[in-house]
Amino acid sequence: MTNKYSVEEIIKRSGANPLKCMKCGKCSATCPAYDEMEYHPHQFVSMIADGDIEALVKSDSIYRCLSCFACVERCPRGVEPAKLIEALKLEVIRKKGQNYLTPNDIPNMLNEDLPQQAIVSAFRKYTK
Amino acid sequence: MKMSYFPGCTLKNKATDLDVYARLSAEALDIMLEEIENWQCCGGMFTSSNDEVATKLSSVRVLNSAFKKGQDLVTVCSACHNVVKQTNNAMQTDSEFASKVNNYMGEDKYEGQTKIYHYLEMLRDVVGFEKIKEKVVNPLKGKKIGAYYGCLLLRPSKVMAMDNPENPTILEDFIRAIGAEPVIYAQRNECCGGYVTLESPNSAKKQSNRVLENAKANGAELIITACPLCLYNLKKSGANIPVVYFTELLAEALGLKEQTND
Ligand code: SF4
Ligand code: SF4
Repeated sequence: MTNKYSVEEIIKRSGANPLKCMKCGKCSATCPAYDEMEYHPHQFVSMIADGDIEALVKSDSIYRCLSCFACVERCPRGVEPAKLIEALKLEVIRKKGQNYLTPNDIPNMLNEDLPQQAIVSAFRKYTK
Repeated sequence: MKMSYFPGCTLKNKATDLDVYARLSAEALDIMLEEIENWQCCGGMFTSSNDEVATKLSSVRVLNSAFKKGQDLVTVCSACHNVVKQTNNAMQTDSEFASKVNNYMGEDKYEGQTKIYHYLEMLRDVVGFEKIKEKVVNPLKGKKIGAYYGCLLLRPSKVMAMDNPENPTILEDFIRAIGAEPVIYAQRNECCGGYVTLESPNSAKKQSNRVLENAKANGAELIITACPLCLYNLKKSGANIPVVYFTELLAEALGLKEQTND
């Protein structure tokens, strides 16, 4: 694989510190997207802390986060898991050809009631 | 009193009700909302990473426009509010980020001076719920309303600082001010499914359904929200309960709604 992912960069841009985690699992317990994820918020945190992110960057779980910030609000150690997930996702989609959503995908997703906000938000989260 | 106003993209399109009733009601409450000129979309979601700069410039420009007019800034869409307020916080607290932003701003340097009110905060802190009570001509007596906060108004609470993130009262106080009865339910500050609805509508449906079934089980007959995407997801959830923007009920209680029906 030619794409190299930097754990150091991920942690730096997130502004969060995964080493503060005490592995209580509260972030995953409160995550509304838990059932949709293969790797759960507390696993994101510990895998990033261990520098072991190969499986994460290939997993769809990075696109399942709703950015609801429940984990950030409720983590008793102030770890801010969602910020780590976002920083990791950016590491992936900033590489050429790795956008998760492209303009060509949009026409099939439209319906009459869909607010513009849904489209701009998804692009902000899935596409660089 | 004059305040700067940032409506955002969706309020010009699918969510015109949220905008129209907000302006109309503000006027009746002696607040003149002056729309920012040439504003651009906030992007819908804040990117928490500190090396994301260009995506935050539209928010900084909005903030700076209000600052240059010497006015406080009012938002009404929950998402715009979250993005603009988090961006302002980054300008205040992260000097490296702020200096990168200001490299784009030319002569127009900005340092996070603008004070931002969500429309609900404007009602509570600038107008006052007591004054609203006095101005209500058409109290929504006996209506049992569930306030839906979702995520964006409250979190991250350290930055948003609107209310207690786990036990908020601002929407309930609003509901009382217009003469109705608030229904408290546990899921009122859990996510509707957000933008995931675009590529995974069923997962958003599941989240929204959980919220609304919980509201119904606690006796709510009607749900109010400040967010167009929440409204969309809640309406698509299949749970049989009406969902409206809080500004529509405000206009109704103030006796202004009839004016817009022609
Ligand atoms: S809630 Fe915080 S401390 Fe607990 S597992 Fe998650 S990140 Fe670690
Ligand atoms: S921000 Fe993402 S990871 Fe955190 S609780 Fe919400 S959906 Fe789960």
